[in-house]
Amino acid sequence: MSTPHTQAGFREVAHTADWEIEVWAPDLCTLIEQAARGMYVLTGTRLASGPRLQRALLLPADDRESLLVGFLTELLYLSEVDGIGFDRFELRLDEESLSASLKGAHIESMQKEIKAVTYHGLSIRETEAGLEANLVFDV
Amino acid sequence: MLTFKNLKQVNRFEWEIPKSLRADMRVPVRIFATRQLLEAIMGDKSLEQAMNAATLPGLVGQVVVMPDMHQGYGFPIGGVAATRLPDGVISPGAIGYDINCGVRLLGTQIEYQEIEPYLPELASALDRNCPSGVGRKGHLNLTDAELEQVCREGSQWALKKGYASQADLRRTEESGRLEGGQPERISKQAKGRGRSQVGTLGAGNHFIEVDLVDQVFDQEAAQAMGLQEGHVTVMIHCGSRGFGHQVCTDYVKEFQGAVQRYGIHLPDRELVCAPLDSPEGQAYLGAMRGAGNYAFANRQVLAHYARQAFEEVLAGKVRNWQLHQVYDIAHNMGKVETHQVEGQPVRVCVHRKGATRAFGPGFAGLPDEYRAIGQPVLVPGSMGTASWVLVGTQGSMERSFGSTCHGAGRTMSRSQAKKTVRGEQLREELQAQGIQVRTGSLAGLAEEAPQAYKDVDAVVETVTGAGIARKVARLRPLAVIKG
Repeated sequence: MSTPHTQAGFREVAHTADWEIEVWAPDLCTLIEQAARGMYVLTGTRLASGPRLQRALLLPADDRESLLVGFLTELLYLSEVDGIGFDRFELRLDEESLSASLKGAHIESMQKEIKAVTYHGLSIRETEAGLEANLVFDV
Repeated sequence: MLTFKNLKQVNRFEWEIPKSLRADMRVPVRIFATRQLLEAIMGDKSLEQAMNAATLPGLVGQVVVMPDMHQGYGFPIGGVAATRLPDGVISPGAIGYDINCGVRLLGTQIEYQEIEPYLPELASALDRNCPSGVGRKGHLNLTDAELEQVCREGSQWALKKGYASQADLRRTEESGRLEGGQPERISKQAKGRGRSQVGTLGAGNHFIEVDLVDQVFDQEAAQAMGLQEGHVTVMIHCGSRGFGHQVCTDYVKEFQGAVQRYGIHLPDRELVCAPLDSPEGQAYLGAMRGAGNYAFANRQVLAHYARQAFEEVLAGKVRNWQLHQVYDIAHNMGKVETHQVEGQPVRVCVHRKGATRAFGPGFAGLPDEYRAIGQPVLVPGSMGTASWVLVGTQGSMERSFGSTCHGAGRTMSRSQAKKTVRGEQLREELQAQGIQVRTGSLAGLAEEAPQAYKDVDAVVETVTGAGIARKVARLRPLAVIKG
């Protein structure tokens, strides 16, 4: 987890039943990347040291919150169905879509399971340093 | 932040948040809780979420919340809301990601003294036979056609495949099959996640538990259920796995647009909804019922594996080692039902999220032997503490849309629980109490520590004191298997 004064990062916030993280970054692509890293940390995902894998994702540019939820949902799917996770993210956003080039590996172990990424209370807020959001995961 | 000043106390067990408290509330919120439980509830955002739920279009009566309620996402856990047909809304987030998460109870004729020497071996056999934990796939890998059958037929699919008996189905809510499951309304992604997960427990707060009937409170009801003091039972708590999670995810996304199309304004995007009679609402109903059927089949296949484990360990050593079904009931579901609203019968869609259907005596959907006693309600406690068997009452029909509590309800965050409790120490403490523990994750065990939950006995005293359920039996744990 990061400390709040870094330029981009995430930290866990107490939630009675589920998991919540606060994410901050200078721009939307970095915010989405930080949220993905936060999600992997929460689930205790460890990647295998074997062959590197690559995946490309393309998501329609809905509103910012839907992009964030949609991207993380895709990662959850890939981790559950294909057993792969990522540690390198190249995200590009234009008016029509978010394109992502992801590099990672098979998942060696995972401590926890996230059922879903929720929209609960989700609002990407503008700050002096960029953007921030609180994200709740159903576990 | 709400305080007691904002609430109207109705009696010892009931409180009301008046509709007038916030301009966007369409109905009041009725809270079933003692003052002490309510103080715990006020420690998080549960009541704010209940007030948000009270803004859904087409609500009738009141939003009802149970004493085990806690903060969730959008709609609180422990909440019940009924929307009028045909044009009231259905909200996927008010049912939850784990569609038809529920509980199954199996009874036995085995006495404690008979099973005691075999408990460690039995716990290991259950752990081996019933796949659990993060990313664990099941023994089955369904084809597309089989998955579609599961969506349409639920436990009846399991019966055809030899995983169930007719007696199991009779004693399952809706006989284990919701009419109107529509696999064609379910995405490829959901099917991809669900293909290999039928017959798996998952992780989080899901478990299989071997319990002992500690005390019987209603002899007639217990006898009807085949429960006897000093006898062993098995409880299975899980839902529709990644399949249901993806169905809910897909429709929460889809409904982000629907609320704009139908001009619905909500305080939280997780509450998105669509009119029940709209194409979007109908599509979700079909998909939700498909996922509900998946969950019934999932618990049925797990029950089959639990029976295998009992046979492996106890056959030839213990007389009558067989497991009979007591009941299987959902606590995350949307059901179309008829309820009395202001003295008139009204067709409504009852959203229950972390709340159990608890229909009173005489309900036609119950098997004959339960019709006189009411619908069985299965209330798992926190790990290492008691669980309860209750039945629905006339009071639940009149005051809570035929619903009651579903568990103990968390009070402590997962991060706090991990800081406070060490998984290894907790396992040792439970073992010292004579409770066998099998878990794939000690950190996960710590998050589910009993200290993180309310007192389930206090929750049960509240719902029975309020008259929205009646006690049948109390169970105490002998072995816990967790993912």
